Amino acid sequence: MTRTRAAGLLMAICLLAACDDRAPSSLRTHAPQGDRIAHVFWLMFLLAAAVYVVVGGLIVVAATRGRRRGGARPSRASDERFIWLGGIAVPAVILAVLATVTVGSANVLRDPGHDPLRVEVIGKRWWWAVRYPREGITTANEIRVPVGRPVEVLLRSDNVIHSFWVPELNGKMDTIPGQTSVHHFTATRAGTYRGECAEFCGLQHANMNFVVLAEPAADFDRWVVQHRNPPSGPASELEARGEAVFVRSACAGCHTIRGTDARGVLGPDLTDFGGRQSIGAKTVPNDRARLEGWIADPRSIKPGVLMPPTALEPDELQALVAYLESLK
Amino acid sequence: MTVAQEAEHHDPEVVEAWEEAPGVPGFFSTVDHKRIGVRYVVTAFMFFFLAGLMALAMRQQLARPDSNVLSPQTYNELFTSHGTMMIFLFNTPVLAGFGNYFLPLMLGTRDMAFPRLNAFSYWIFVLAGIFMTSSLVIGKAPDGGWFAYTPLTEKAFSPGINMDFWGLGVVFVGISTSVGAVNFLVTAFKMRAPGMTLDRMPVFVWSIVGMAAMVLFAVPAVTLSAGLLEADRIFGTAFFRPDHGGSSLLYQHLFWFWGHPEVYILFLPAAGMVAAIIPTFSRRPIAGYLWVVSSLIAVAFISFGVWVHHMFVTGMPVLAMSFFSAATLVIAIPAGVQFFSFIATMWKGVVRFATPMLFALGFLLIFLLGGITGVMVAVMPFDWQVHDSYFVVAHFHYVLNGAVVFPIFGALYYWVPKMTGRMLHERLGKVSFWTMFIGFNGAFFPMHILGLLGMPRRIYTYPSGLGWDGLNLIVTLASFVFALGTGLTLVNLIWSWKRGRAAPDNPWDGDTLEWSTTSPPPEWNFEAVPVVGSRHPLWDDGGLGYAVVDGDPVTASLGREGAKARATPVLTGVDAIPEAIMAIPHESYLPFLVALGIAVIFFGLLVKAALVGIVGLVLGAFAIMRWAWFTEADLR
Repeated sequence: MTRTRAAGLLMAICLLAACDDRAPSSLRTHAPQGDRIAHVFWLMFLLAAAVYVVVGGLIVVAATRGRRRGGARPSRASDERFIWLGGIAVPAVILAVLATVTVGSANVLRDPGHDPLRVEVIGKRWWWAVRYPREGITTANEIRVPVGRPVEVLLRSDNVIHSFWVPELNGKMDTIPGQTSVHHFTATRAGTYRGECAEFCGLQHANMNFVVLAEPAADFDRWVVQHRNPPSGPASELEARGEAVFVRSACAGCHTIRGTDARGVLGPDLTDFGGRQSIGAKTVPNDRARLEGWIADPRSIKPGVLMPPTALEPDELQALVAYLESLK
Repeated sequence: MTVAQEAEHHDPEVVEAWEEAPGVPGFFSTVDHKRIGVRYVVTAFMFFFLAGLMALAMRQQLARPDSNVLSPQTYNELFTSHGTMMIFLFNTPVLAGFGNYFLPLMLGTRDMAFPRLNAFSYWIFVLAGIFMTSSLVIGKAPDGGWFAYTPLTEKAFSPGINMDFWGLGVVFVGISTSVGAVNFLVTAFKMRAPGMTLDRMPVFVWSIVGMAAMVLFAVPAVTLSAGLLEADRIFGTAFFRPDHGGSSLLYQHLFWFWGHPEVYILFLPAAGMVAAIIPTFSRRPIAGYLWVVSSLIAVAFISFGVWVHHMFVTGMPVLAMSFFSAATLVIAIPAGVQFFSFIATMWKGVVRFATPMLFALGFLLIFLLGGITGVMVAVMPFDWQVHDSYFVVAHFHYVLNGAVVFPIFGALYYWVPKMTGRMLHERLGKVSFWTMFIGFNGAFFPMHILGLLGMPRRIYTYPSGLGWDGLNLIVTLASFVFALGTGLTLVNLIWSWKRGRAAPDNPWDGDTLEWSTTSPPPEWNFEAVPVVGSRHPLWDDGGLGYAVVDGDPVTASLGREGAKARATPVLTGVDAIPEAIMAIPHESYLPFLVALGIAVIFFGLLVKAALVGIVGLVLGAFAIMRWAWFTEADLR
């Protein structure tokens, strides 16, 4: 009896945790793709619970039956009908249902939808390059999409294998070097959805996260218009000095800022860096103090990151940070 | 009667024929399947506890968000080594160890078909284990995951020596598994007691047969994947380097073509153990013997058609993947047959709740959930969500820890009395079981929910505020409870080794032939090889008899003359009719020397020193030729 109660308590704790709406939960989804999978889960959950209760109950009853009957003698009868029914017939029916669900849902989930927004996402070590080929926008670690419009994500990698996963929108898909994989989702509610790398990709696999920002179509269109052209350039003397530091220091070797001479391709494009929520693929929030620390010694924040430390005079660093934060 | 007194009653000629050198020389030269079997189990358990400690270290890191207990590099090395060690150096060899010890005893023969090969496969296992573990000692443990996906593990992304320990180690230890499988198959088909027709063979033996058959077809694939990876790394080939025209998906196909059958390679003998324990403690034969045996063989076949379910998120076409999804679902049917046979056995029997039986029941309740979640992840759309999440970590620990480790612990309590001649402490055993059972479920059940809440696998840290904190803390606390439970069994083993009550020949009233000999058995197992008249020789009237020895030399080898001559009969494969006599080879250093030569070759490849490799090659080749040069003198 105590065991049942303990198990019940455990279940209750677990279910409470599952209701935590801060989690990137695959059961609280905001896209038809994710919803579909969640439905499949709940169907299977009910079947699983029924099977567990029935078979688990049979196990417990079978094991304790002899003891309860007291003094009974073991029978040597071999009940093959029982095995046939429980081991083959019933499972076959359940499995047939699941097979049908599998094929039906899988085909629906691979449907690209009408007039999808195309986004190219390239898995890097350990961040995500994001390109909108038709709109001509390049960014990193943040994928902005309009609510209600199907999104077609083209997944690639030029290094190791990663996996693109936004649990609240759809399942995952690997980025495999040498091939392009296609993934779909349609956000049905405005919001910020946590994305993660799901395939082990080396030292900083844990800090290779991103966000999908779903916003009303009008807001998205405004964002596209704003970012289609290069930024207007530094607004103050400090920022102008920061740009100069960026372009002539090591920064420009790896990063691009459109409209400047910085055209490096190894690191993330920083053209809209000031507008981003975080640094280092969601390792830390994007604020002035952390950015200074990151530039001076990124490895102290994200151990093993490929970006080297940059030695700058304090005033150069300040100017650089002011410039980067102005890029929105 | 104590073990020492018993020994005095043996025929001195028999004792002399089976005597092996004592002490250190005998340690390196023994070919006795029982000594080798015990050694396999002990060595494998050392790796079990080592890999378990690694898991505890990882759980400490994950107990709280943003924790700094371990560096990312250390964490990655630990989870890689934990998986590699549990699969290659604990689970596979510990089952081989029980198989080694009990196959000849259950079959009623005096040793394995190839006793020296048996010693060789142990030496390869232990040397490969040392080879892989040395990476931890020098602080260069593999860090690319136990599955070593390319191109992450290629030189370009993993330049250190770390992954070479993995790649070479996997090829190395595969030699042991493969030769062991050949030995099991030949033993099961040619070395049974007279009268033990195929349909009288114990289910545990059938499970070892299924396992060995899978090993023969599966291990070459992993040897190929790890071997070609090492060719890429050492010699600069490009099998798995996409930037040079290679394919990283090819690696995954090869790896999982072994990797999924491997799960059943581990599961089958574990189910076989349960099939030995449940009938004994239900005091009746297993229900539907033929169904159970057929289901084991069916699993062995179907297991080769499911590997792509590890690759459902690589972007393959839905139609292609559907076949593998269906095959994966179908494997639930033979598993269901085994389940309902076990239930029927208990239902019609009268169950005694001794410790081995508790572990068998724990297995049923845990594997039931592991099997159900296995069906769930076979459903592609759901897999797309939970693939590489903690849901999968929960699922495969329910299978590989719950459904394999629990039977192994049950088998310890069941069979160690036969192996050491001492009973384990029953009450401590029960406490150990309940601690493990509660700790296990507390540690692994919440992982299902973590996976559904979007927590990916193989992350060394996570931020707070994602709803993962509480569950991770529960998991960590419970993992220590589970570890404590396993530790209690370790204490029990050590205690019983010295102080345990003397074990009778058949402490559990079992039905199979290992219980017909003394505990522990003499070196020759059976002075007279039993003649079997039923599937349950120790239960049925007329089930166990002995041949009347006449002038025929083959028949004579069944009796004491055979034991005196260090010989054992060889039988026809199906009907088990004696047809020849096999001389059992004497102890020898050659298996160890060949294994040592191979170890030196691998060391040469590891440090990239051709000279070292050549030394190993010469040593190995010399020892193999000496071994093959089998003279009468060896047989005396």
